[in-house]
Amino acid sequence: MDLKLDHYTEDDTEIVVVEGEIDVYTAPRLRELLIDLVNKGNVHLVVNMEKVEFLDSTGLGVLVGGLKRVRAHDGTLDLVCTQERILKIFRITGLTKVFGIYESVQEAIDKRKSK
Amino acid sequence: MAIVQLTISALPAHVRTARLMATAVARRAGIAESALDEVRLAVGEACSRAVEAHRVHCPDQPIQLELIDGTGKRSQSGRQSEAPISTPPNGRRAQRFEVIVSDRAPAKETGTDLNSNGPGNAGAYLDDEDEHGETPPDGVSGLSPDVGLAVIVGLADDVSIEPHDNGTVVRMSWPLGRNDADPESPISVD
Repeated sequence: MDLKLDHYTEDDTEIVVVEGEIDVYTAPRLRELLIDLVNKGNVHLVVNMEKVEFLDSTGLGVLVGGLKRVRAHDGTLDLVCTQERILKIFRITGLTKVFGIYESVQEAIDKRKSK
Repeated sequence: MAIVQLTISALPAHVRTARLMATAVARRAGIAESALDEVRLAVGEACSRAVEAHRVHCPDQPIQLELIDGTGKRSQSGRQSEAPISTPPNGRRAQRFEVIVSDRAPAKETGTDLNSNGPGNAGAYLDDEDEHGETPPDGVSGLSPDVGLAVIVGLADDVSIEPHDNGTVVRMSWPLGRNDADPESPISVD
């Protein structure tokens, strides 16, 4: 399926909900959304990937790009993901050390606030 | 041995088509269900890398995929083994599902080198800042194309990457956990 993107604000954090496939064709849309959110002053992002069906290294690159941007503003970009087949590519690439990966949006928000 | 060949233009939209086709043929060939995600992701990575390279160097040239059901394991040199493959007691050779992705972009310019800046060092991803928010020359992701190749190496059971002046050939294969798939069964694409 194609990529569906949505976002909403919760507890000073912008939650980005991603559904579908993130690959070389669809990743530019996610990239544009992340850039737009940061440009509008949202520097604490949580990307909810629970409904992502496919993620490749292009998608990883977009997430890393988003992380770079929020860090430049002392912000955060955390992920919500429990799907083993999506987590696998984070493990292969070593990106589990780069992103905070949580089981729920609330856990991601609570963890950031406790830091 | 059965072969499905697919030729795609260097367009990102066609990478998904290649993924779906590879997954469908792999399933039909009898790949273990647990390995189908690996096939899907590895083929996607190989095709994404090829598409990005073609868009820079030769956008009008097509990219070729071969999906081969029933090859033997290659030797370590990356060439098909010339030695006879031992036949197990059931009389059936250990067979594999092989995917070959061939592009025509000069390998020297696409930086096909797994040793240069692969994953494993998490900091490597964050070092080369894209400060202006522009699409980087490597494509949408900004990650080195080598990351895609490294992902393939991590996923496929057997991989060879052959860079040449006139293109790169990525070969990857998985063992067939064959349940004597019915040759007449339809290919389902999902």
